[in-house]
Amino acid sequence: MPASKSNKALRLLQLGLFGAILLAWYALTSPTLLPPIYFDDPNKAAFFFGEPLRVAARIWQWFSSGVIYPHLWVTLVETMLAFAVGTALGLGFGLWLALSPTAAALLDPYIKALNSMPRVILAPIFGVWFGLDIASKVALGVTLVFFIVFFNVYQGVREVSHTVLANARILGASDRQLLRHVYIPSAMSWVFASLHNSVGLAFVGAVVGEYLGSSRGVGYLILQAEGTFDINSVFAGIVVLTAFALLLDWAVTLAERRLLVWQPRSGETEKL
Amino acid sequence: MPAAVPALALEGVSVTFIAPDGGRYTAIRDTTLRVQPGEFVSVVGPTGCGKSTLLNVAVGLLQPSTGETRVFGEALGGLNRKAGYLFQTEALMPWRTALRNVAAGLEFRAVDRADAERRAQDWLQRVGLGGFGGRYPHQLSGGMRKRVALAQTLILDPEIILMDEPFSALDIQTRHLMENELLELWSANRKSVVFITHDLEEAISLSDRVVVLSAGPESHPIGEFVIDLPRPRDVAEIRLAPRFIELHGLIWRAMKEEVLKSYARQQKQ
Repeated sequence: MPASKSNKALRLLQLGLFGAILLAWYALTSPTLLPPIYFDDPNKAAFFFGEPLRVAARIWQWFSSGVIYPHLWVTLVETMLAFAVGTALGLGFGLWLALSPTAAALLDPYIKALNSMPRVILAPIFGVWFGLDIASKVALGVTLVFFIVFFNVYQGVREVSHTVLANARILGASDRQLLRHVYIPSAMSWVFASLHNSVGLAFVGAVVGEYLGSSRGVGYLILQAEGTFDINSVFAGIVVLTAFALLLDWAVTLAERRLLVWQPRSGETEKL
Repeated sequence: MPAAVPALALEGVSVTFIAPDGGRYTAIRDTTLRVQPGEFVSVVGPTGCGKSTLLNVAVGLLQPSTGETRVFGEALGGLNRKAGYLFQTEALMPWRTALRNVAAGLEFRAVDRADAERRAQDWLQRVGLGGFGGRYPHQLSGGMRKRVALAQTLILDPEIILMDEPFSALDIQTRHLMENELLELWSANRKSVVFITHDLEEAISLSDRVVVLSAGPESHPIGEFVIDLPRPRDVAEIRLAPRFIELHGLIWRAMKEEVLKSYARQQKQ
């Protein structure tokens, strides 16, 4: 099929581009390969930008010796906790405010203010409140995740089809049953739509929190390496974080496929 | 008909909507409509004459400005628990499979889930969708979704069935099939039906009685016609019967002026 053929070609091109970038990185930072173009000292390029081979060696060393696992584990736990707590809070508040117009009107300016505040700035405060352990990172992640989920749920509840709602009421649903069988499923579809965003932000919260003060986690590793001007370890940390984020994103995609079977995918034909 | 208590009675109902800018719009004025138990009544009228408003009052989604709704003689406050409602637009819960949609009403009434699903499967079979219980609404065609909606309403065995142009979005063949199926289901277990449509042929072929509404605003009934065609009927064939054509001519003469009025008003806008 021509479509899969061009798809294959695209994959090859993507791989080729990846190789080219690595090669350029290698050629431009190797102290001996090319004469220095910009820096006066041949070792300076490697000092500022690291060397791909050394970065790869560092990653290999982390994984083969197992030093990285406890750090990755801590970051993962922080991400998951931030995600779970932020989603639960966002869901609860979103449902409450969407179904209670008075409360929504009362809290509206505060929510707007909290949402527009650059919340990363809360990290030092959380450090003071919750200590340097995982709680302060989870708290930071929660503030990031909460608003995404909150606004999506709020929107989701308000956009429940009036006909579906009226129909459920006529079929005999009580207020509580409406909440459980109409509002929450409808809101959940919006929550899932924002799943990629909220997992990503939970991760950002965890890493930024670690970076600003901690004793464990991948963010902590990067901070340590930066303190000793070990640029290769900094890059290694960034690569590990990126790979990890891609893995999380992929897990979210899998979860989405399972949980949203009832939604038509774009381009899907009607099955008769 | 003996002077029985009507299953559904709208007594002198008017509905006035207040627009956000303070303007008022009277959709229905002084409308009285009584439906006997087991009677199939169609309400026809030009587009925008407040037919749906009438049903929303009957089911209790809308409070009338004046007048009242009586269900088997009792004044209606809140939702009409004896009524089932078939909507014009999509009303199925998209996150539930066909089977779970049909079972929904029973589950809301605290019927145990396994039992509810067994009865729902039975109803899916009755509307010809026995093998489609696991499909989600978006995986079904428009006609199939209507059947699911029909099963969802009828499984609760309502005394009064309100239908708001349920088949208007279907193609003509599917529509005839659905109409025949509806008649079959209805004659097996006669309930009161109020069927809203703008299609006069559909109204005549299904009903015992056709009520004609005037063009809106302030629409009200301007004529009532008893349809004395024999049952059981086949909706496609009965259109050729001489009595059908005669009734059609009679009702159309009453409706024509209102349709023209409604058309003229739409042209002005």
